[in-house]
Amino acid sequence: MEHYTMNLTLKVWKQKNANTAGSFETYQVKDISSEMSFLEMFDVLNEQLIRDGREPIAFDHDCREGICGMCSMYINGRPHGPWHGTTTCQLHMRAFKDGDTIVVEPWRANAFPVVKDLVVDRTSFDRIIQAGGYISANTGSAVDGNAIPIDKNKADKAFAAAACIGCGACVAACKNSSAMLFVSAKVSHLALLPQGDVERKSRVLNMVSQMDKEGFGSCTFTQACEAVCPKEISVSNISRLNAEYIVAGLTSENS
Amino acid sequence: MLDSKIPAGKLEEKWVDYKGHCKLVNPANKRKLEIIIVGTGLAGASAAAALAEQGYKVKAYCFQDSPRRAHSIAAQGGINAAKNYQNDGDSVFRLFYDTIKGGDYRAREANVHRLAEVSANIIDQCVAQGVPFAREYGGLLNNRSFGGTQVKRTFYAAGQTGQQLLIGAYQALERQVALGNVTMYNRHEMLEVVVIDGKARGIIARDLVTGKLERHFGHAVLLCTGGYGNVFYLSTNAMGSNVTAAWKAHRKGALFANPCFTQIHPTCIPVTGDHQSKLTLMSESLRNDGRIWVPKKQNDTRKANEIPEEERDYFLERRYPAFGNLVPRDVASRAAKERCDAGYGVGTTRQAVYLDFRYNLINKYGRAEASKKGIQNPDEATLVAFGKEVVKEEYGNLFDMYEKITGENPYEVPMRIYPAVHYTMGGLWVDYELMTNVPGLYSLGEANFSDHGANRLGASALMQGLADGYFVVPYTIGNYLADEIATKPIPVSHEAFETAEKSVSDRISTLMNIKGKQTVESFHKRLGKIMWEKCGMARNAQGLQEAIKEIQALKKEFWSDVRIPGDINEMNPELDKAGRVADFIELGELMCIDALDRNESCGGHFREEYQTPDGEALRQDDKHMYVAAWEMKGEHQWQLHKEELKYDVIKPTQRNYK
Ligand SMILES: Cc1cc2nc3c(=O)[nH]c(=O)nc-3n(C[C@H](O)[C@H](O)[C@H](O)COP(=O)(O)OP(=O)(O)OC[C@H]3O[C@@H](n4cnc5c(N)ncnc54)[C@H](O)[C@@H]3O)c2cc1C
Ligand code: SF4
Ligand code: FES
Repeated sequence: MEHYTMNLTLKVWKQKNANTAGSFETYQVKDISSEMSFLEMFDVLNEQLIRDGREPIAFDHDCREGICGMCSMYINGRPHGPWHGTTTCQLHMRAFKDGDTIVVEPWRANAFPVVKDLVVDRTSFDRIIQAGGYISANTGSAVDGNAIPIDKNKADKAFAAAACIGCGACVAACKNSSAMLFVSAKVSHLALLPQGDVERKSRVLNMVSQMDKEGFGSCTFTQACEAVCPKEISVSNISRLNAEYIVAGLTSENS
Repeated sequence: MLDSKIPAGKLEEKWVDYKGHCKLVNPANKRKLEIIIVGTGLAGASAAAALAEQGYKVKAYCFQDSPRRAHSIAAQGGINAAKNYQNDGDSVFRLFYDTIKGGDYRAREANVHRLAEVSANIIDQCVAQGVPFAREYGGLLNNRSFGGTQVKRTFYAAGQTGQQLLIGAYQALERQVALGNVTMYNRHEMLEVVVIDGKARGIIARDLVTGKLERHFGHAVLLCTGGYGNVFYLSTNAMGSNVTAAWKAHRKGALFANPCFTQIHPTCIPVTGDHQSKLTLMSESLRNDGRIWVPKKQNDTRKANEIPEEERDYFLERRYPAFGNLVPRDVASRAAKERCDAGYGVGTTRQAVYLDFRYNLINKYGRAEASKKGIQNPDEATLVAFGKEVVKEEYGNLFDMYEKITGENPYEVPMRIYPAVHYTMGGLWVDYELMTNVPGLYSLGEANFSDHGANRLGASALMQGLADGYFVVPYTIGNYLADEIATKPIPVSHEAFETAEKSVSDRISTLMNIKGKQTVESFHKRLGKIMWEKCGMARNAQGLQEAIKEIQALKKEFWSDVRIPGDINEMNPELDKAGRVADFIELGELMCIDALDRNESCGGHFREEYQTPDGEALRQDDKHMYVAAWEMKGEHQWQLHKEELKYDVIKPTQRNYK
């Protein structure tokens, strides 16, 4: 792999806090190595800004391994940038070339208000999980792990859905700001497992109702979410959610 | 002074007896007791869920925007449990034995035995929560092997085991939030422990969005705040992982145990340059199928695929035929360092060795798949294609991650790997009940020192975190809180809260007012360099003495020349980081003092002066069979307390993996 360095122009969203209007600022960064990660490029810029006595740019990040779901940059019109199936922190600078201009914004959605610069508030996702994204199994009450064999095919599908990292890119990509891919991933993960069967109906109804309350838009199935999801969560989960929802709505005692 | 409160009786009966006799709190009283849990990784989230289920009023804190993002999420390879589902001779005793031996005889027998006992319950609990562990075609749970053992006892979910376990614990926690039993404080950083009449009674936390300081009362305080590997700047830990919570407790009187016991993990993606912000682990599970080698010739510049089989040195298989590539981490790391130091390293920096999957991809998986499909005499291309499918299922996400970072395809060329800081066995000293020496202050998970001795075996940290949270503290905390049922919540206007808050706010103002020239990051990097070079994979007395002086000088420079932009009362990540780096600097000094005091090599602590003729760690059991628990006495001053380790069941010997 050939390495190279590049100079770039960055246009980054700056916003002091939730109550202040924001705007783009332009920065120049020099001698960026193609081996750096995108966030390491931001580290370089921030170090430079601090040394120059200017405000660094606030952004969320933690694991830098594509698994915590904390990083959340909208890069050149695409959540997490140009690479397929990749989080912002795993995007590397070899995706860019010398002289490029890169525009970086926060996730934009009513249910994800901006906290500062590129940092948004995603606690609405936690509240959706609180509404039913779990199996009620008190500690200490479990039967032996092998007591209930689970068809490998189903277990694999449940795992694929459970791989969602809760980053919110699906919402950011959706023209309706729908959280359907996120919600359907959790509904599918738990509905596919025998352990999740007992609460299956109330779970889907309550999670969807919470999603609506939080101000996420409705799903018109444009599939923009799947295209940007860093964990490649499939829209087939949305179809499963819809089926679960209809059955639950028809048969639930709450309805 | 150091009472580890290990119950009397036979090893295998201690925990059962303890549970049968510890004090209980009745359900009505539980509702009146408030518990503060700092940290929502595996240890904290599981404790919060389990204690809230029992009826306690829980307040939980994390500095990320959601409890689901704790560093535990990044654990890859798996979690151990003595289930013996594979019928290969595993048992509670064997897991206990492997852990004590792997820890090079520097862990407590009673704690480790308890860990092995509850390990099986963890798997059951996680399956009940819907954790999608890997399964076999018959629908039963699958296992893989990990280093330092000869049985298959590791449960896993591809290379995302930590994620799946944490999501399980997080969902259990969120369920309790919905039920009103847990109040969750996201984007909050605990900055002080409040001690009243000798007992931990609360914390001071900073809201990281507004910068405001808050006072919170609890009848007990649990620190589940993870490890301190980031003292080395570069490590496999998440960027935010830090020692601050544990360090504040230490400054308030809690002893810090075995700080120098650090784990350097053998298989990480090598450093590429100065811009590097963190290192990425390639799970130990890869050593099941990857073979580690370097060229037999020094300074060989040929590409890996151009080096013929007979010119490759599979140095772990050569040195340790019984365990081969699955020796414990400390042993594998040192062996890789030895080869690189001797001039056999690969890649542009020569600070790397190969981890090669081709052999097993073809011979193990490729052939197995071909014979399953009834293909006679398959050609190599067919075997490679079949093998790739299996390897993808086992480790797909790790291979993708490697490719994203390096731009190389590990299905085609061997991975280049090098050891990196990964885990800290040291931590807050706790007794059998997981309580520090400050009454009412507990520590769980990686933040405590308790179970791994001088070296942790792979897949045992997840086990310990969940054991502590789901199955240990729910019993032991009752033994303390049973005597607290008459204690009314103390109003946070109490002068102890007042003084604690003032000391935190004074320190923040001091930091902001330095207005120096150098960035926080630059100090952190310099500290990391000192620690890596002088208190890293190999240590010696002279280097450690130099390091102590350098760190003291760095501390002075930090407190007179650090530059923190922005304001106090707003979101200010540089300020958050500055406080953490200031604590890392103090910890770094203590780590060097501890490493200097321990005149022996054991597990991950390798003092060059103490090695066998063939370069293995040489313990000094007659002088150092103790836990080093340090008490802070003042600036640059610590007093050592020793907890003698007694081995009633296992006889310590020179570890042998040959
Ligand atoms: C890349 C990687 C892979 C690993 N793979 C494995 C594996 O396969 N198997 C295995 O057994 N182990 C593995 N480990 C080790 C294991 O993941 C950790 O030891 C374990 O997850 C630690 O869990 P914890 O709950 O103790 O702490 P953490 O998960 O680190 O959680 C710490 C929590 O404390 C909070 N916190 C910290 N300080 C404060 C403060 N001051 N105020 C408020 N909140 C605070 C954080 O927000 C977080 O919620 C791996 C580690 C790494 C780095
Ligand atoms: S579904 Fe994908 S994009 Fe949406 S939150 Fe989950 S991982 Fe992120
Ligand atoms: S920082 Fe964790 S997913 Fe990007």
